[in-house]
Amino acid sequence: MTQWIEIGALADIPRLGSRVVRTPGGNIAVFRTESDEVFALDDRCPHKGGPLSQGIVHNKRVTCPLHNFVIELASGQAVAPDEGCTHTHPAKVENGIVWLSVRQAAAVS
Amino acid sequence: MLDKVIKQKLVVIGNGMAGIRTVEALLERAPDLYDITVFGSEPYGNYNRILLSPVLAGEKTVDDIMLNTVDWYEDNNITLRKGETVNMIDRRTFEVVTEAGERVPYDRLLIATGSNPIMLPLPGKELPGVIGFRDIYDVDRMIKASTDYRNAVVIGGGLLGLEAANGLMKRGMNVTVVHLLDTLMERQLDPVAGGLLRKSLEERGMVFKMPAQTQAILGEDRVTGVRFGDGTELPADLVVMAVGIRPNFELAKKAGLYCERGIVVSDTMQTYDGRIYAVGECVQHRRQTYGLVAPLFDQAKVCANHLAMKGFATYDGSVTSTKLKVTGIDLFSAGDFAPGPDKEEIVLQDANRGVYKRIILKDKKIVGAVLYGDTIDGPWYFQHLRDGTDVSHMRERLVFGAANLGDGRVSGQNSVAAMSDETEICGCNGVCKGAIVKAISDKKLFTLDDVRAHTKASSSCGSCTGLVEQVLAFTLGGDYSAAPKVKPLCKCTDHSHDDVRRVIVEQQLKTIPAVMRFMEWKTLNGCHSCRPALNYYLLATWPGEYRDDQQSRFINERVHANIQKDGTYSVVPRMWGGVTTPSELRAIADVAEKFNIPTVKVTGGQRIDLLGVKKEDLPAVWADLNDAGMVSGHAYAKGLRTVKTCVGSEWCRFGTQDSTGLGVKLEKFMWGSWTPAKVKLGVSGCPRNCAEATCKDVGVVCVDSGYEIHFAGAAGLHIKGTEFLTKVETEDECLEVIVALTQLYREEGWYLERMYKWCDRVGLEQIRKRVVDDIANRKALFARFAYSQQFAQTDPWAERASRGVDRNEFAPLAELELA
Repeated sequence: MTQWIEIGALADIPRLGSRVVRTPGGNIAVFRTESDEVFALDDRCPHKGGPLSQGIVHNKRVTCPLHNFVIELASGQAVAPDEGCTHTHPAKVENGIVWLSVRQAAAVS
Repeated sequence: MLDKVIKQKLVVIGNGMAGIRTVEALLERAPDLYDITVFGSEPYGNYNRILLSPVLAGEKTVDDIMLNTVDWYEDNNITLRKGETVNMIDRRTFEVVTEAGERVPYDRLLIATGSNPIMLPLPGKELPGVIGFRDIYDVDRMIKASTDYRNAVVIGGGLLGLEAANGLMKRGMNVTVVHLLDTLMERQLDPVAGGLLRKSLEERGMVFKMPAQTQAILGEDRVTGVRFGDGTELPADLVVMAVGIRPNFELAKKAGLYCERGIVVSDTMQTYDGRIYAVGECVQHRRQTYGLVAPLFDQAKVCANHLAMKGFATYDGSVTSTKLKVTGIDLFSAGDFAPGPDKEEIVLQDANRGVYKRIILKDKKIVGAVLYGDTIDGPWYFQHLRDGTDVSHMRERLVFGAANLGDGRVSGQNSVAAMSDETEICGCNGVCKGAIVKAISDKKLFTLDDVRAHTKASSSCGSCTGLVEQVLAFTLGGDYSAAPKVKPLCKCTDHSHDDVRRVIVEQQLKTIPAVMRFMEWKTLNGCHSCRPALNYYLLATWPGEYRDDQQSRFINERVHANIQKDGTYSVVPRMWGGVTTPSELRAIADVAEKFNIPTVKVTGGQRIDLLGVKKEDLPAVWADLNDAGMVSGHAYAKGLRTVKTCVGSEWCRFGTQDSTGLGVKLEKFMWGSWTPAKVKLGVSGCPRNCAEATCKDVGVVCVDSGYEIHFAGAAGLHIKGTEFLTKVETEDECLEVIVALTQLYREEGWYLERMYKWCDRVGLEQIRKRVVDDIANRKALFARFAYSQQFAQTDPWAERASRGVDRNEFAPLAELELA
């Protein structure tokens, strides 16, 4: 069963930006797109562990600030021809509130 | 209403590189616009015709050179009708008619029928054993002949003929090349280079008969020999005619389309019938026909743009370069090298080393280049040729190439052919030659961008770009698609930096979405390349009006610190002119201890760097530094970084002026300004130049009688001494010139283009004219800089440390205690 946790207001995440949620298993980056969709990924680039939350968000992708790997927000997959995948976590917006469901195993690994 | 939108029908006649490249480009731009049918008379998918020579020479197989397999057509819902020939175009009913009589309708038609080898009208040309050199079928026949027979005659000493001859020789045949003229490859080479080439081919066993005119091909059931104009005869079991190609436009001509030496097309690749497009070797554009790949790719892109109904690209013709695909022979030729009264030549000839270089200049620009033996600088000359760079300032060293102009790499080997597979090409990403070669062959890469995407080589600092282009040329056998002359800003648009800057001003565009809408960006929010560029252009164009878009800034400029590999940040407080005080140092020491900052280091620009600061600590670190009177050093900015100084006349026994004071003055005036790329200054108090001012973006060297202003230096990826701009007498004048220069760069530079690259592109004289000679213009530039500074000189640290700007940026959204 998915357990949803309220993490804050959508308005507190900038459009085309990201905020970090701290968990014992490591940081999770929560992204907001131009059309107010939210996505959550482990805050680690599959390439060299760069903090994806610090990247530039464009459409439904983020560019890692360290070496410009581009990651799909929905799947966590690196955009070809790069290879690699970051763990995703379910996230949703209801009435301006952002909810996150932490997939623990993924966050810890 | 229809359930399904009926797509328009695009029919492509010709399944070669030009046609399919156009289709590929079209699919990128408008994947669902057309139902596409491709007719190809050969029974294969699309293959790389320029690599037929290596197949003949046994260095590659047919599979190696396949570009689009039959699966590709299926995957993209393209109907491939291979082995089928179109016999007629019915322009009244908008249909093509196949050999079998089937009529296939089209809404738009693309003709890409390529070219045919010219078969000389000699007696005996129909005999078995007489062939052209054009497709896989020809190559198969030549390979077959090489196992059954001994003697081959190749008619034609051009590129194609020599490659055919080389291939047959490698297959064990005795090969004689017959050429009408006394210079080989006379369209690409001058007599000297032609002679060098002949000599080295002779050393490999090739025999030449030239000048010689072939009169007849002898034999009854099969070719047995060749007779020449002087009555002599040569025995031959195989005759390859490689005297040239002729655009294949019969079909178009029969359909009543206007043709001269090819199908005549406009700058939008349209024939005289607006529904019918044509690309590739079958076309004639502005009186030119092309037989090389790079122009076809340029044409394909333009044609695809129009087919996709984007409708703005035009094809302006191509400048081509050639490299002979004979392993072990280095030969490069580009442009126009026929002698002429208005042309000048620079020649370097070293017979023992087998090196010959000839650069042809016209109006201070390179118009042609022939290189033999040492072709490493080929792409570099070619770049200047295509860009029309004014090369007068480097004329005396031009012939020695990029490395000798300080434009080369800082270190490393420069000859790709001689490198082992393990040699590292891209130092940033650790990519060696073998990996690049493998990616090019395995993944069928053609362009620098492809190689960047797949291998990461040349994708970081870019200093190995020339080498990567060399590897491309070396692996593909030369005729790769060079970067287009006008580079698009990024993959999100076809517009160049200059276009974007111009349109922002002309159309009064004042937000990033407005620019993207007006210029029809291909992506929804751009990407990490174009957004920061647009943000800068808008900021520089509309000071005080444009609202800086934080989400379009690279993280360093968003949080005013430099991100490190572990996600921590480094903090560099400003030290005006590199001068500090005991109390500042004490404050820095206190901050370092209080926040457990692991590394404190002195930088190259005379500042102190605090490394390993956690992001959430940044505002508090800044608050403490602010309290001690320090502000951001902008060590992260595409903006004014540091002004490095020596102690000057205040202390130094050699100092001629107060270099420290001038440095501080410059820094106080210019700090906070955003520029296309980082700007570093240096001020030295005498020509001993202890502040190393002559490798900075702008450098001042004080002399007894005043101030020498230098600029466009570099000491990073490239090492380049500055150019002398002018000499002035007073500090005020010095400040005015430097500020005006910086403003011109702010207004004209491309984002991420350092000042030395900008100078290279625009030309030193142009800049001097506007900054030094035209005093009214200088003052206007100065005023515009000063105006924009009133909006720029706010300490970003203080705003965030004590005024709550971007508070969210530094704190987590939530902290979760998970069970």
